[in-house]
Amino acid sequence: MDYFLTDKQKMIKNLARRIAEEKIKPKRAELDEKEEFPWELMDILAKSDLFGLIIPTEYGGFGGGCFENCLAVEELGRACIGVATTFAASGLGAYPILFYGTEEQKRKYLPEIASGRKLAAFALTESSAGSDAAGIQTQATSSGDVYILNGTKQWITNGGEAEVYSVIAMTDRTRGARGASAFIVEKGDPGFSFGRKEKKMGIRCSSTRELIFDNCRIPKDRIIGREGMGFIIAMKTFDEARPGIGALSVGLAQGALDEAVRFAKERVQFGKPIISFQAIQHMLADMATLTEAARALVYAVARYIDTRPRDFSKVSAMAKLFPSDVAMKVTTDAVQILGGHGYMRDYPVEKMMRDAKILQIYEGTNQIQRNIIGQALNKEYGKKF
Amino acid sequence: MDIIVCIKQVPDTGQVKIDPHTHTLIREGVESIINPYDRYAIEEGVRIKERYGGKVTAISMGPPQAKEALKEAISCGVDEAVLLCDRAFAGADTLATTYTLAKGIEQIGRFDLIICGKQTIDGDTAQVGPGVAERLDIPYVSYVRKIEFIGNRCARVERMMDDGYDILEMDLPALITVTKEINEPRLPSLKGEVRAASIEIPMYTAKDLGIDINKIGLAGSATEVIKIFPPPKKGQYERIEGTLDEQVETLLKKLKELGIINIPL
Ligand SMILES: Cc1cc2nc3c(=O)[nH]c(=O)nc-3n(C[C@H](O)[C@H](O)[C@@H](O)COP(=O)(O)OP(=O)(O)OC[C@H]3O[C@@H](n4cnc5c(N)ncnc54)[C@H](O)[C@@H]3O)c2cc1C
Ligand SMILES: Cc1cc2nc3c(=O)[nH]c(=O)nc-3n(C[C@H](O)[C@H](O)[C@H](O)COP(=O)(O)OP(=O)(O)OC[C@H]3O[C@@H](n4cnc5c(N)ncnc54)[C@H](O)[C@@H]3O)c2cc1C
Repeated sequence: MDYFLTDKQKMIKNLARRIAEEKIKPKRAELDEKEEFPWELMDILAKSDLFGLIIPTEYGGFGGGCFENCLAVEELGRACIGVATTFAASGLGAYPILFYGTEEQKRKYLPEIASGRKLAAFALTESSAGSDAAGIQTQATSSGDVYILNGTKQWITNGGEAEVYSVIAMTDRTRGARGASAFIVEKGDPGFSFGRKEKKMGIRCSSTRELIFDNCRIPKDRIIGREGMGFIIAMKTFDEARPGIGALSVGLAQGALDEAVRFAKERVQFGKPIISFQAIQHMLADMATLTEAARALVYAVARYIDTRPRDFSKVSAMAKLFPSDVAMKVTTDAVQILGGHGYMRDYPVEKMMRDAKILQIYEGTNQIQRNIIGQALNKEYGKKF
Repeated sequence: MDIIVCIKQVPDTGQVKIDPHTHTLIREGVESIINPYDRYAIEEGVRIKERYGGKVTAISMGPPQAKEALKEAISCGVDEAVLLCDRAFAGADTLATTYTLAKGIEQIGRFDLIICGKQTIDGDTAQVGPGVAERLDIPYVSYVRKIEFIGNRCARVERMMDDGYDILEMDLPALITVTKEINEPRLPSLKGEVRAASIEIPMYTAKDLGIDINKIGLAGSATEVIKIFPPPKKGQYERIEGTLDEQVETLLKKLKELGIINIPL
């Protein structure tokens, strides 16, 4: 399919693909096995300017939008979504500063993130607040010229490895969701430490860790936006980032399809390559159709977002929901097509199927995506009739 | 630190065909790449620039499509590039190539260090680096696997040998040829690719370089390729295959047979 990419967009896609093929693919199984953080690969992505994709040129970035980011993470995800998630999570951590930060904050943090010298992370989830994000307990108390943070964030991607954290905490518990605020916390800030590192089913090279704030004192000017804007900032960040999860999903599905077709052409049973059996062909046909449909949706939504529409939560949720369900199905079917080989660690689809599950869970579960879409429909149709 | 990197565009395969009449390579229909060793030369040049400042210029003698190789060098961090391109350069051997390259380098002007690959995968002579240094009358070290130190006036490098390495110090400006051990070449960067897409690469002809026409191309080449064949193997050897245990067992048996060791197996 020709998606009419500009020369620059083709350049981004080709470079990301080359890194995926030459650098990520040979490493992915080992990183998964050892649960090792992919620093060496992050360094390669940094040198290739990919961390700067979404950052404006005035802050040392490449000035791309949601679509350019999707093109890159799709290609990286085709090789390994553990590596691609690590990469994308830095962008997630940067968005709050990019959209709501002051000029000083942007000048201080964005060039470091764009160059890949520092990784970023985004921290909302807590043990008692997952889907119900408004239930967060982490408290930020204003005291003289500092905020004092107390509480524990859970399952934070890039936790421990990142230098810059966008953290959502309550500044006024009495105001509920309107009482949350967003802060920049730096690794090394007094009272900020890291807890348990999780052992996971998939994306095992990515770091998922607790952030512990124990009377963590940060200067007043680390607040992003104003007090009370925490959830607005978080929701805007997710709206912008969700098509990126869709793109990761498309990449993963494509990677699994690649493996399945190749295997089906080579594997001979009953005297024929198994791709000659219609049952296999039909599975592959469905996998390819779903993957292409997911790609078309992600590209369309990402391009739409880059026109800066006012409200795009609904389509952004769609661009995460459908592709991640597709990735789960396509990777599962790829294992089926490889049969016993697919179940073995010697073949990459085993990892792909384990990895796929996270796409339906993080950045808002797919149930929550359906809630967002459903609520938007209710609102839209309420207006018209 | 101003650095010049010499790069050659070569066919992307070990199995290019040789024209039976002219004994030259048949290049048509084969994809071209930067000579693999030259990518290490580019990387080393860019790393030195990143540490000490200055400028890296890539130079190549070759047909117009060699611009692609130079553009890739730019996308990997090289600042400027020049192509020496003239029909009259065609058919050059190392004598003529080094003359032309040396003239091109004189045209670029000031430099502290020239970096070449240790050899190409098509011509394979490993003569061009040393030849250019001779032409320019500067010191050189080939097979460099590490630059230990580089200052304003001198550099200390490690030269790979069959049985270890030498540490050598030389005055600058100088020339080195580099091996694969020296670094891990980076892939292009986005900003580099954008620059490479828009940059105009100047092309110099024989006339631009004020060159002696009798010293270039086929006319200036003293060698005539009569036959191409792999060099005879160094001494006799046998390859032992199998698992590690099997290899050890076979090796012990052989050593015992030859009377080199005498232990019960
Ligand atoms: C057996 C044989 C067959 C040949 N066949 C052909 C042929 O079919 N067609 C043809 O055009 N030539 C042919 N040549 C000539 C030869 O390929 C080159 O032109 C020669 O002058 C360069 O030598 P080399 O490739 O061995 O480079 P080497 O000396 O092995 O290269 C060392 C380094 O010198 C630098 N360098 C080499 N060449 C260039 C260049 N052109 N520009 C910039 N830097 C360079 C690079 O850094 C390289 O890594 C042949 C030579 C031989 C010996
Ligand atoms: C590997 C990994 C990395 C992560 N990285 C980050 C990160 O970088 N930053 C961060 O802040 N968080 C991160 N998270 C947290 C992630 O976003 C949450 O896990 C997710 O939002 C779901 O919350 P939960 O796990 O507590 O599930 P719960 O909210 O407890 O949900 C449990 C089940 O109930 C369903 N459910 C809940 N509420 C509803 C409802 N109203 N309607 C229908 N169904 C409902 C859910 O869909 C789910 O199936 C990460 C999680 C993982 C596993």
